[in-house]
Amino acid sequence: MAEVLVFAEHTGGEVKKVTCELLTLARRIGEPAAIWTGPDAEAGRERLAEFGAARVYVADGAEFDEYVTGPKAELLAALVAEKSPAAVLVAGTPEGKEIAARLAVKSGSGVLTDAVDVTGELVAEQSIFGGSIVVRAKVRAGTPIVAVRPNAVTPQAEVGAAELVPVDVPVSDAAKGAKITERVMQERGERPELTEASVVVSGGRGVGGAESFALIEQLADSLGAAVGASRAATDAGWYPHQFQVGQTGKTVAPQLYVAVGISGAIQHRAGMQTSKTIMVINKDPEAPIFELADFGVVGDLFKVVPQLVEQIGQRQA
Amino acid sequence: MNIVVCVKQVPDTAVERTLRPGDATLDRESVDGLINELDEYAIEEALRISEAHGGEVTILTMGPQKAADSIRKALSMGCDKAVHLLDDGLAGSDALQTSYALAQVITRTGFDLVILGSESTDARTGLLAAMLAERLGVPQLSLASKVEIDAPAIRIHRQADYGYDKVEAALPAVVSVVEKINEPRYPSFKGIMAAKKKPVQTLSLADAGIDPAQVGLAAAATEVVSWAQRPPRQAGTIVKDEGDGGAKAAEYLAAQKFI
Ligand SMILES: Cc1cc2nc3c(=O)[nH]c(=O)nc-3n(C[C@H](O)[C@H](O)[C@H](O)COP(=O)(O)OP(=O)(O)OC[C@H]3O[C@@H](n4cnc5c(N)ncnc54)[C@H](O)[C@@H]3O)c2cc1C
Ligand SMILES: Nc1ncnc2c1ncn2[C@@H]1O[C@H](COP(=O)(O)O)[C@@H](O)[C@H]1O
Repeated sequence: MAEVLVFAEHTGGEVKKVTCELLTLARRIGEPAAIWTGPDAEAGRERLAEFGAARVYVADGAEFDEYVTGPKAELLAALVAEKSPAAVLVAGTPEGKEIAARLAVKSGSGVLTDAVDVTGELVAEQSIFGGSIVVRAKVRAGTPIVAVRPNAVTPQAEVGAAELVPVDVPVSDAAKGAKITERVMQERGERPELTEASVVVSGGRGVGGAESFALIEQLADSLGAAVGASRAATDAGWYPHQFQVGQTGKTVAPQLYVAVGISGAIQHRAGMQTSKTIMVINKDPEAPIFELADFGVVGDLFKVVPQLVEQIGQRQA
Repeated sequence: MNIVVCVKQVPDTAVERTLRPGDATLDRESVDGLINELDEYAIEEALRISEAHGGEVTILTMGPQKAADSIRKALSMGCDKAVHLLDDGLAGSDALQTSYALAQVITRTGFDLVILGSESTDARTGLLAAMLAERLGVPQLSLASKVEIDAPAIRIHRQADYGYDKVEAALPAVVSVVEKINEPRYPSFKGIMAAKKKPVQTLSLADAGIDPAQVGLAAAATEVVSWAQRPPRQAGTIVKDEGDGGAKAAEYLAAQKFI
């Protein structure tokens, strides 16, 4: 059975959920093999095994973390040339897509981005124009490369051997053009990553100011959710820009999306309308976001949200 | 400093966009075309860099005749000149082919810096900057929320989930920008008048040395098998807050097993 290469994303040995999702999809196509860059493969191995990785190609050099995408793309290209896999799957994150982009040029392959599903025959389902159209597409040149949107599929466990196979691919100087000199962590607290979270609570202009975003954070924390924001809120400086949801922000597809004080402009909907369940709190019954709501409350968020937080607390006590 | 800004014309996002029944390509005719929003940020950054360090800003657009309007607008913001890659043979090109075509032109014009938006609002692939860096064999400084030039060094803040990375490279380089980087200027009246006289060079495939067999729908590396409008969401339950809105919302979440 042909191999399917899955580029694993991890932080400090902890495998990201999206990687388990990719392994789940890869099993439909062929035999999943993970690619691991940097240290801590031993720590990540167990989780990769749990989701069916037959083996893990480990390139543990420090340079993979020290330069922007070049070394990772070079490693992938070398493995593609050597293993002739049926496909390569990467996470549909900005960086995942950039690695895919460089690999595509190196290997003369087509790339499909924003996939929300992939069949065993390598037909990818893509959600375009902010989720209003569903496209089925395939790659017809080179090795199919598919960037899969995080949270689009449910990871399913199936045991694999996850044999660690060290690979030694020398990284060229050309790949080391852009050096990362420092990583600056901005506070997020203990909340899950926005694009990976199964619950997202977002606030918009209705929240009214930076201080009252605390209310959104309280609701998020009561649900174990990530916090998002509309562009009106990030533009006003009430919440950091990297939390913006929408066409020019992040695309999220959580199990539950709670929109608070957000009107539902088409550009905001583009980032959230494939969420499984949508809850809306808005004082204007005419707000277009209600068209997407599975459950909506027409009311003042400063009354509704505190009560909701309190009720969740009671129910969980 | 010789700066090339890649500007794409995209359909207005405020109206419903669709695919054409025949070849499943984007229907660009029936919708107004605008400059891809992030490309305005790319233009602004290019103008700021040229104002601070000297040099020339060239717009590069690949697109149909209609895209000439967006080129004029970019010129009216203050860019010096433009190249319009215009050829029916390019229609239906995917990201891999677009990057090849743009790279051919950029190699001919020469550059110290290429600046792109990090994503287009229609294709939304976010692939172009990395593909161009790879093709041109220069450093990839993508997702920049800040750019600092200290020639030959160039430093950026690269947006990441956890905050940002500080990244450093040597020119020439490819940069892509995120929205946070600046506030694009509006064209002034003077700018609009001046733009009418600025040079726009229109290139065909042959002019640009692009192999026609490597571009266009027939040669695309990806292919749409089928497409459909997403069925509308089922109408949900909407309640009015009568002092119990939060409680009702909690009830719903409990019933759906979210709490
Ligand atoms: C090219 C382009 C790209 C864009 N990209 C994005 C993007 O990525 N993401 C994005 O979000 N937007 C984006 N926008 C902006 C988008 O068009 C809207 O302007 C924006 O989403 C509005 O944010 P909002 O819903 O928070 O604000 P508004 O539209 O002002 O809505 C605020 C809502 O809050 C409600 N409200 C007010 N007070 C209360 C209260 N006390 N209790 C309850 N409800 C209350 C109001 O009824 C209203 O419905 C983009 C725009 C353009 C042109
Ligand atoms: N046809 C085109 N002509 C010029 N620039 C383009 C074109 N297509 C994409 N770009 C550039 O590539 C960026 C990213 O687009 P994309 O990869 O399609 O999301 C855009 O913001 C533009 O700067």
